[in-house]
Amino acid sequence: MNNGFPQKTTGGIKRRDFLRMAAGTAVATISGVITPLVIKVAHGKGKLEPFTFAYISDAHLYAGNPNHRFVKAIKKAVADVNSLNPQPDFVFFGGDLAQLGQPDELELGKGILSDVKAKIHMMVGEHDWYFDMGRKWREFFGKDVYSFDHKGVHFVVLNSVIVKDYWTAPNMTPMERMKAMAQLDNPKGEAFTVGEEQRKWLKNDLSKISKDTPLIIFSHSPLYKYYRPWNFWTDDAEQVQEILFPFEKVTVIHGHTHQTVTNKIKNITFHGLLSTAWPWPYPPQGIPKLTIQMDRADPFNQFDGCGDGRVDILSSGEVNKTYNFWDRNPMEVTFERVSKETGSETPGPSY
Amino acid sequence: MNKNYWLIISILVLVVFTFAIFISKAAQFEKEGNLLTVKSCDGKKTIFVEGFKEGEKMSKEKAQVVANLLMDLIKICNQEVIAKLKEDNSVIVLNDASLILPDLKPGKTPVLLAHGGQPHTKKEIKLFESEEKRMIDEGYKVFHDSSLGTNGISCDMCHPDASNTHAETYPKFQTQLKKVATLREMINWCIENPLEGAKLKHDDPKMIALETYITSTRKGKVLEPGKH
Repeated sequence: MNNGFPQKTTGGIKRRDFLRMAAGTAVATISGVITPLVIKVAHGKGKLEPFTFAYISDAHLYAGNPNHRFVKAIKKAVADVNSLNPQPDFVFFGGDLAQLGQPDELELGKGILSDVKAKIHMMVGEHDWYFDMGRKWREFFGKDVYSFDHKGVHFVVLNSVIVKDYWTAPNMTPMERMKAMAQLDNPKGEAFTVGEEQRKWLKNDLSKISKDTPLIIFSHSPLYKYYRPWNFWTDDAEQVQEILFPFEKVTVIHGHTHQTVTNKIKNITFHGLLSTAWPWPYPPQGIPKLTIQMDRADPFNQFDGCGDGRVDILSSGEVNKTYNFWDRNPMEVTFERVSKETGSETPGPSY
Repeated sequence: MNKNYWLIISILVLVVFTFAIFISKAAQFEKEGNLLTVKSCDGKKTIFVEGFKEGEKMSKEKAQVVANLLMDLIKICNQEVIAKLKEDNSVIVLNDASLILPDLKPGKTPVLLAHGGQPHTKKEIKLFESEEKRMIDEGYKVFHDSSLGTNGISCDMCHPDASNTHAETYPKFQTQLKKVATLREMINWCIENPLEGAKLKHDDPKMIALETYITSTRKGKVLEPGKH
């Protein structure tokens, strides 16, 4: 499973060395443990002020038990980002705050995330959406599709978990609809899409942005075709990519996959996010070749293979992405590393 | 003269013994009471029908069960079969204990599992496959059912399509359990820990179903017990 990649190291960097490298940048101390957490975004023309944002993703909360293992896990991530010094410019939440889209699950998550000291930007996942089609989520967190600018970078948050209506014809209850969607390996699962309406919105949103402005796009599902049986997939990915290709620096950051995963298609770099709740195994096929696979998680350790992370935006507008594993060395996927290796020129493998 | 005498004696003894064996065997299969006897057209299969006397007319339903049983017996083997069809439609084979016949349900075609030295029939293979599939399907349901635990978590959440379960590597030494563990012990470990549920007995139908599903996803893999 680990493809010869040594366990407990990440990209050849030992935790100790990584911390030494990270010293002076965004490094956090929690009870004497230093936790690097940030994703860096960088620009080619060296005109940006470098900055950092942190991420938490895929918490999958169940309500009702304050000591539930997933509640403990997201609280651990909140403690991580709060202990970053200096603080990140903002914290991004990558979707799937709730497990079954229940109002009390979302409320629990909202309460826990309200403890985050930095400003927080939210994205929706399918687990948040399919009980009431996002009604409660939008009530709590606002728009599911939006964009914002920060220090010269244009950020876009998409709702990429739109699927074809599978619930009306068989008369499914909201819970049946939700449970069908919550099952990752559902053989009847409909493919995620961004959809025509959002693609139109995206085109329009980006029409005001100059082509040399670095773009960071957030999507819950990977904006490429990775593995269809588990919906590691966006069905209209190519059409979305077409909209993004004209821009010089594009980074897509996605949740949903609960693992380290890196892809590059033309000028677009794709980074996955870790989950706080549990790691997904790698599927039997389709893993993008730039991916440094994480070793199989130890089932006896709840936190192994889970974590949070950070994104560092370089002055060039390019991005260094760090996976902050809770019980192993962090993995930094630098812009240099991604740019040196040949990325796939075509959208991911087809199923 | 002397030699011929002994030869005749030997033949006579043999004939008597053969006759005795035949008599005792026939006695062994003698109908308990006066039961209707039905024979297959090839004469090799004999059925004693409980609940009907010799010469009595069977009901249409019973006649169909008898016909189905004879047809199935003909399909599965060429050997002689003497069997009793009980009133509840269960079948007892009287002359060959290796022929195992399950209970027959009224109105349903008898199901036969033994192959009597013949290749499995299409019908048998269909049965094996459908029974296997039934258990796999049941296991799939249990695997995706959070009621196995108490905290909402189900097996598939960490193991989509039963991935990362590697059934072919058990039994193996589990460092964390400090012993050689079987797949069923690891299934129970997952039920008790991530799922926070009560462990299953190793012969619990749910356990068998889980094992059947998990193992089925590794069909064709090399058996490598002990591998990590």
